[in-house]
Amino acid sequence: MTTTNHTLLEVRNLTKEFPLRKGFFNRTQGSIKAVSDVSFTINRGETLGLVGESGSGKTTIGRSLLRAIEPSSGKVLFHMDEGQTVDVTSLGMNELRTFRRNMQMIFQDPYSSLNPRMTVRDIIAEPLVVNGTSNRTEIDAQVRDIALRCKLNIEHLRRFPHAFSGGQRQRIGIARALALNPAFIVCDEAVFALDVSVQAGVINLLQDLQVELNLAYLFIAHDLSIVEHISDRVAVLYLGRLVELAATPKLFANPFHPYTEALLSAIPEADPDQPMRPVALAGEIPNPANPPSGCYFHPRCRYAEEICKTTTPEWKEYQPGHFAACHFAGELALKGVENVKEGEA
Amino acid sequence: MNTLPAQSDALLDIRDLAISFKTDEGKVRAVDGVSISVKPGQIIGVVGESGSGKSVTMQSILRILPGNAIVERGEILLRQSRNGSDAEVVDVTQINPNSKRMRSIRGGEVAMIFQEPTASFSPVYTIGNQMMEAILLHRDVNKPEARTIAIDMLARVGISNPERRIDQYPFEFSGGMRQRAMIALALSCNPSLLIADEPTTALDVTIQAQVLELMKDLQRDLGMAILFITHNLGVIAQIAEEIVVMYLGTIVEKGPTREIFHNPKHPYTVNLLKAIPKVGQSRTRLAAIEGNVPSPLERPTGCIFHTRCSQRTHGTCDVYAPKLTQIGPDHTTSCFLYE
Repeated sequence: MTTTNHTLLEVRNLTKEFPLRKGFFNRTQGSIKAVSDVSFTINRGETLGLVGESGSGKTTIGRSLLRAIEPSSGKVLFHMDEGQTVDVTSLGMNELRTFRRNMQMIFQDPYSSLNPRMTVRDIIAEPLVVNGTSNRTEIDAQVRDIALRCKLNIEHLRRFPHAFSGGQRQRIGIARALALNPAFIVCDEAVFALDVSVQAGVINLLQDLQVELNLAYLFIAHDLSIVEHISDRVAVLYLGRLVELAATPKLFANPFHPYTEALLSAIPEADPDQPMRPVALAGEIPNPANPPSGCYFHPRCRYAEEICKTTTPEWKEYQPGHFAACHFAGELALKGVENVKEGEA
Repeated sequence: MNTLPAQSDALLDIRDLAISFKTDEGKVRAVDGVSISVKPGQIIGVVGESGSGKSVTMQSILRILPGNAIVERGEILLRQSRNGSDAEVVDVTQINPNSKRMRSIRGGEVAMIFQEPTASFSPVYTIGNQMMEAILLHRDVNKPEARTIAIDMLARVGISNPERRIDQYPFEFSGGMRQRAMIALALSCNPSLLIADEPTTALDVTIQAQVLELMKDLQRDLGMAILFITHNLGVIAQIAEEIVVMYLGTIVEKGPTREIFHNPKHPYTVNLLKAIPKVGQSRTRLAAIEGNVPSPLERPTGCIFHTRCSQRTHGTCDVYAPKLTQIGPDHTTSCFLYE
C-alpha cells in the first residue's frame, strides 16, 4: 500500500485473536480470529467508513488502533505532523498514555459512556487534567472553547449528564474526545442510539469539526446510508477480513466484491418508488471460530467457483485506490446503487 | 360482555385513545387522542421517535401495558370473526386484561413480534415446545397435529431442516433465525392482525431485507393485516401501504405511503424526511430539526411540535391545538398551515 505525505495512519496486517477458553480449568482451546490481516490507510482530514455485519470485527479494529485492546500482531503507524512516524503498537505503557492525546474515541451509547457523578465541565476537563494541565483558569477557558465548538450551552456546564438528552450527551462525548486536540477519532456507531431528528445535527457537527480542525475519522457503522453520506472512502469487512475498499462513489456505483453487492442491495431506500431488490444470501454469517476454507464468503456467494473453496483471494489494488479480495474482482458484472454516479466526489 | 354491532369493515379501529402513566413526578400523558383504523390485509406503518407513544399504543391493543398505565379515554374496537361468519366487534379497553377472553385474543387473533428475539423466547424450553404451547392453546388440535403445524410454519419462514430445528433451544439459533422463529410462532395461530414492534431494528441489513421480504410474502399469502412500528423511514417506505407519523403521543400526519414521501405536509414529516441521509446525495448537508424531543413531563401547549417548528406563528401554534385537516382522499394532518 502506498503512503503519501497526506497519510496519517497506516495499518499493516493487523490481526487480533481472542483465546477460546473452555472447561473447568478455563484452559485455552484454540482461538477466534476476530480480525485477520487487515491493512489500510487513513489520510489527514479524511473519513474512512467501516461497514460489516455484527461479529465482523468492526469494533475490534477500532479499539485495536487505539490499543484499547492489544492487537495480536501487525503494525499501526501514526505519521506525525513533524514528519516523524510513531509505531503505536510498540509504545510502552507510559509513552502510550501521552501518545493517546493524538487519537480519541466516541462511543455508541451516550448514556453509559458518561460518568453520572461528574459535571459536564469535569467530564470535558478530565483528559486535560490527566495529561498534565493543572492551571484551573486555563482548563476552564479550554473547556468553554470546546463546548462552544460542539454547540453546547456554556451555562449548562455545571450540570450532570442526566439533565441532558441523547443528542446533547453525544455532543458532550464529542467535546471530551476533542479536548486534547487529536488528529484522529474513532467513531464507533456514534449516531446509532440517537433519534432521527437529532442524528442529523450530530452528523453535521462531526462534518463541521472535521473541516475546522482537519480531523480524520474512522467511522464505524452498519447503516449504509449514513456511511455513504459521511465517508470519503469505505472499507467493507466480512468475518474479520477486508473484502473491499474504495472511494465512496466508486464502491457504491461499481462494487468489486459480491458481498458488497449484497450489502448494497439490502439498503432500504426511503422512497416507496425504489423497491428494494435484495440479493439473497444463502445461510448466515459463519461462526468465526470455525471459518470456511478459502474465501470466507464462498458458501454464501452466488458466483463461487472451485478456486474460491480452496484458495484465499489476495488483497489487491485492482484499480487505483480500489482494493478488493476476490478471485473474480472486476470480472463480474456486479450491481451497485443506481443513483450513485462514479464520477461524483 | 361489551359487544357492539359491526359498523365498518375495519378490522381494528382505535378511536381517540388517550393513555397516561402514574409516576412519582405526576401523571404523564403518553398517548393523546390517537385514532388508527386498520382494514383486513393492510400493512400500516407507524413511525415516530422515542417518546412518540407508538409502542404504548400497540401494547394497549393487547392490554399488556405496565401496571401504572391508565387508559383515560377512547376505544379500541376489534372485529372478531371466529365463531361462524357473523362478525362481532369488541371494545378491547372494556375487557379485563387477565380474563380468558383477552387471553384468547392475545396470540390468537392478534399476535405480536418484538424487537429483541432473544428476550422473547424462554431459554429453557425448545423452540417447538414454545410454538406448540401457543398452538394447543388457541387451536383445536392435538399434540402431533400441533407439531406438524409448527414444523410447517418453520419451513414457511425459511428455516432449513425444520424437523430437526424444532427440537433445538433458542441459543442454538442465530439472531436472524430467532427472529424468523418468532414470526413463525406469531403466525402459527392464524392471526388476523400482526403487530410488529421494531422487528428488524436489531438485525443486520442483509437479514433485515430477508425478514421484510418474508413479512410481505406472508401478508400476501395469509391475508393478515400488519401494524408495523419502526423509527427507520427506509424500512417503512419499503413495507407499508399507509403511514401514520406520531410525535409526542399524537398523530401529526397520516396518509398513503407515496403521499407521505412525495407530498408531506406537516412540518415535522417534511423535516424528518430531510434529516435522513439518502444514498446518492452524499455531501449535501442534512437538515437537522432544532432542539430535542421534549420530555413527556413538559408537554408543550398548543401544537405539540411548535417548540421545534420553523414555521410556527406566535399566538396561534403555542396556544391552540390544531385540528385534523383533510389534505387528500386518505391524507390528513394536524397543522394550522392547512386549516
